[in-house]
Amino acid sequence: MIEFESVSKTYPGGTVAVREFSLQVPSHRTVVLVGSSGSGKSTLLQMVNRMAEPTGGRVLIDGDDVAGRDAVALRRSIGYVLQHGGLLPHRTVLDNIATVPVLNRTPRRRARIQAAELLERVGLDESLGTRYPSQLSGGQQQRVGVARALAADPNILLMDEPFGAVDPIVRRELQAELARIQADLGKTIVFVTHDVDEALRLGDEVVVLRRHGVIAQRGTPAQILAAPADDFVRDFIGADRDERRLTVERIDGRDIAVDGTGRPIGVLDS
Amino acid sequence: MTWLALSWPYVLELTGEHLLLSVPAVLLSVLIAIPIGQLANRRPTVGGFVLGAASLMYAIPALPLLIIIPVVFGFPLRSPATVITALTVYGTALLVRTAADAFGSVDAEVRAAALAVGHSPRGVFWHVDLPLAVPVLLSGVRVVAVSTVSLVTIGALIGVPSLGSLLTDGFQRGITEEVMVGVVATILVALVLDGLLILTGSALAPWARRRSPRPKILGATR
Ligand SMILES: Nc1ncnc2c1ncn2[C@@H]1O[C@H](COP(=O)(O)OP(=O)(O)OP(=O)(O)O)[C@@H](O)[C@H]1O
Ligand SMILES: [Mg+2]
Repeated sequence: MIEFESVSKTYPGGTVAVREFSLQVPSHRTVVLVGSSGSGKSTLLQMVNRMAEPTGGRVLIDGDDVAGRDAVALRRSIGYVLQHGGLLPHRTVLDNIATVPVLNRTPRRRARIQAAELLERVGLDESLGTRYPSQLSGGQQQRVGVARALAADPNILLMDEPFGAVDPIVRRELQAELARIQADLGKTIVFVTHDVDEALRLGDEVVVLRRHGVIAQRGTPAQILAAPADDFVRDFIGADRDERRLTVERIDGRDIAVDGTGRPIGVLDS
Repeated sequence: MTWLALSWPYVLELTGEHLLLSVPAVLLSVLIAIPIGQLANRRPTVGGFVLGAASLMYAIPALPLLIIIPVVFGFPLRSPATVITALTVYGTALLVRTAADAFGSVDAEVRAAALAVGHSPRGVFWHVDLPLAVPVLLSGVRVVAVSTVSLVTIGALIGVPSLGSLLTDGFQRGITEEVMVGVVATILVALVLDGLLILTGSALAPWARRRSPRPKILGATR
């Protein structure tokens, strides 16, 4: 379990990124932090692996304050997927994936073999293993990023807009892939995005953030869709958007779901 | 060709001496310039000062430098150590700024990502900064190598043998061919070293080689 206890972060220079943020992320769950640019999402993630130190409050993992942990060891124990991949350009795909195991002194040969298995797990062909990141597409790089985060089999995954830089179709694929992996592995995931649809699709729980990491609403995707807490959330999740406003029409004895533009989008099972 | 026909063993021997003076100087320049370049990146204020001071050393004229060095370091005047030290001073002066640029060329995001996944700060230097700096660093080392090989000839001024001895000897004795051989041999040594550096570069940075298959110096023509 990850606990944020009224965590604040003011950067040198006075920028307030996060103000008094509290949240519990239960083990084996996916919690998605969703908010617009600058709402403090990345900062929140970075305070879990000590890439940023809180200026107030504490972050606890399984009851232990991360401030008391060795930063390097802590980071190796947490899988981290970055927005732009963050792969090392001078290392092959396999070596990138094997990074943390090798840092933890797993023999390189064995780490590479495990890395090749992970390639398959994230839906990539093994033949890509010897390429350099610049020789991959954006979507493939993101998959490698996910594989690298999984390589040391961490309990916790931090994912910072991992699919933000790929086109919508690939993004859907990657989301499905992640959901499948998570169903298998049951990691504790904190996932950051500014894409509401992604949040609703992936989160067991969704946390909608305003500026300064202030929580506007938290709940299951269904709860948030059913009852947006206020106009900000309603607006943010696009509750009034045509594709969210479904009605049912009875046609030829079947119930057809129709969106706000009148376009039929599916049939209700009886 | 008569002079060369008789004296080629001497030329070979001098080529050896030439290499023994220039190669250590280039290596030492690299070893000294790397930490200075890295410092200039980490602490722009202190580093900028050190960088400026180091670059200025290139302005010291050769003769006074060859005389100061034995005094400061306690080497005999006519020793290879004196020449190597002088060449290292010039080489370092030439290289520091490129070294700083080389570390500056490393993407800060890549560095942060490496830290975030669990490299130690020192590990980031060895596993990320240094390898990623290689392509830019190498362009500087190539300049230093060529410059050092031609500068070695100044050793002949204080009587330390190198291919430069052919120049001084040839001038004094009026043997044009000897001078020519000295010039051509020096250029050849420079070219060979440069070629070796290019090979070293692509061995050290295969990822960069695959991206831009041809080193720039060979020109854009195919
Ligand atoms: N290293 C830093 N130094 C100073 N200010 C920073 C730093 N990192 C972030 N900030 C500021 O803190 C605030 C929150 O930034 P953060 O990166 O956490 O936002 P975000 O929600 O991740 O945004 P995005 O969706 O654009 O990635 C912003 O105002 C940003 O300018
Ligand atoms: Mg961010």
